[in-house]
Amino acid sequence: MTFDWNWEFAIEILPRLLRATINTLIAAGVGYGIAMILGLVFALALRSSGRLPRTLLREVLEFIRSTPLVVQIFFIFYVGPQVGITLSPWVAGMIAIGLHYSAYLAEVYRAGIEAVPRGQWESCRALNLTTRDSYVRIILPQALPHAVPGMGNYLVGIFKDTPMLSVIGVTELMQAANSIGSETYRFLEPYTLVGLIFLALSLPTAGLVRLGERRLRRKLGL
Amino acid sequence: MDLSAYPLELPESDRPMVRFMNVTKSYGSLVVLDSLNLDIQRGEMVSVIGPSGSGKTTVLRMLMTLETINDGVIYVDGKPLTHMVRNGRLVPADEAHLRRMRASIGMCFQHFNLFPHMTALQNCMEGPVQVLGLPKAEARARAEELLAMVGMIDKKDQHPSRLSGGQQQRVAIARALAMRPRIMLFDEVTSALDPEVIGEVTQVIRKLVAEHDLTMLMVTHQMGFARDISDRICFFYKGRIEEQAAPEQFFTNPQRERTQQFLRAVKDAD
Ligand SMILES: Nc1ncnc2c1ncn2[C@@H]1O[C@H](COP(=O)(O)OP(=O)(O)OP(=O)(O)O)[C@@H](O)[C@H]1O
Ligand SMILES: [Mg+2]
Repeated sequence: MTFDWNWEFAIEILPRLLRATINTLIAAGVGYGIAMILGLVFALALRSSGRLPRTLLREVLEFIRSTPLVVQIFFIFYVGPQVGITLSPWVAGMIAIGLHYSAYLAEVYRAGIEAVPRGQWESCRALNLTTRDSYVRIILPQALPHAVPGMGNYLVGIFKDTPMLSVIGVTELMQAANSIGSETYRFLEPYTLVGLIFLALSLPTAGLVRLGERRLRRKLGL
Repeated sequence: MDLSAYPLELPESDRPMVRFMNVTKSYGSLVVLDSLNLDIQRGEMVSVIGPSGSGKTTVLRMLMTLETINDGVIYVDGKPLTHMVRNGRLVPADEAHLRRMRASIGMCFQHFNLFPHMTALQNCMEGPVQVLGLPKAEARARAEELLAMVGMIDKKDQHPSRLSGGQQQRVAIARALAMRPRIMLFDEVTSALDPEVIGEVTQVIRKLVAEHDLTMLMVTHQMGFARDISDRICFFYKGRIEEQAAPEQFFTNPQRERTQQFLRAVKDAD
């Protein structure tokens, strides 16, 4: 067993890993897009009337949050076909990761919406705005800056969770490193590079999120 | 609750702008308003005064439909506000009915509640554009006219966070007026203000009283101001109207023991 870092080999496999990184970014981006939209739908549904559906939804989201993502990925990919829903690895993976993170983002949105002072709702009513206009034009724009830090955390989270998609064969970064490993029997370089690529992409995100939040607040005049 | 005793509509001959008819409001077991009866005539300015917790704010909030009521009926311009007519009977109002009725009522709050992410002008255009469906240009012209009226035209492009309390409250008044209400509600609109800017807000309200035929209901702790501009003073005590009279009569010759106590306490505090 030797621990010898081979620069030549590392440089040789880097382009392949970087190509796979693009897929990782696409997976994270698409998954996050689904999570953002679905999360908002859930957050609004949690606030709407109808006690029974509300309770039901709350329980379902709690269930999604408290079971591992990898189980959900397997479930959608392998159990789906048994009930007649056959999905490609990519589609199954995006649904799983989007749904999983939507349960977290729903909470982030809910907290953001609740942080908007009650007086804002009262102004909306006094001006006779519809509930829809109140949300779209008054409440959500003010809730957004509150939600941005949480949204940023889960953006990094979803990015770091994309390697799980390799278990169903999505050709992202981890999958590429795995293939290189099994083809060459060298693991040190591919996995180290994977780690460094993740680090290089995660680190600036937190800073960018903080910057984005400040910009947003200024733009909204808050 | 039995609504059969309440008219579906008030007769032409007896149609105040606002009528509270046996209105009761409670939170759990706490009765905040106890079978309130109160008429406000067209164009009348009525000031509501009373100790903290006596239900003054609640009266306004019910009229603005921010609160539901537990008993009784509120009429606006002869038509039920809290209820609507279905199959010849009064039933609790649905959202569509409330939206229709709310159109004639505007309200200003103690803490202004301006939309912080919009400029003063945008605050005053939001309702007219979104709710009344006015073209932007027309809404803007009207908003600017109102901002000029409250002396805020030179700050029209400022966000609320850049305005003083008095300025924010004046914008809030303009915003409410932009919806062309026939009834205006003011809930302690000067209570959150520094003493030196109270005058700029009361000045605006004076102007409204003098130049507009609005019906107004105002909760205030400023006795001098209430005395100056009101047609009538209503003194609330523990969820009931303890005494009401024209200002001169009310302040110089209060009839009830509790009114006298309250006025003495207010005077001592000054
Ligand atoms: N949402 C609520 N839940 C429970 N109790 C409430 C609620 N809103 C008001 N109350 C109670 O109702 C009573 C009347 O309140 P209201 O705000 O109308 O008083 P007020 O006369 O406006 O007092 P203040 O001069 O302090 O503004 C108070 O005892 C208050 O604690
Ligand atoms: Mg009050």
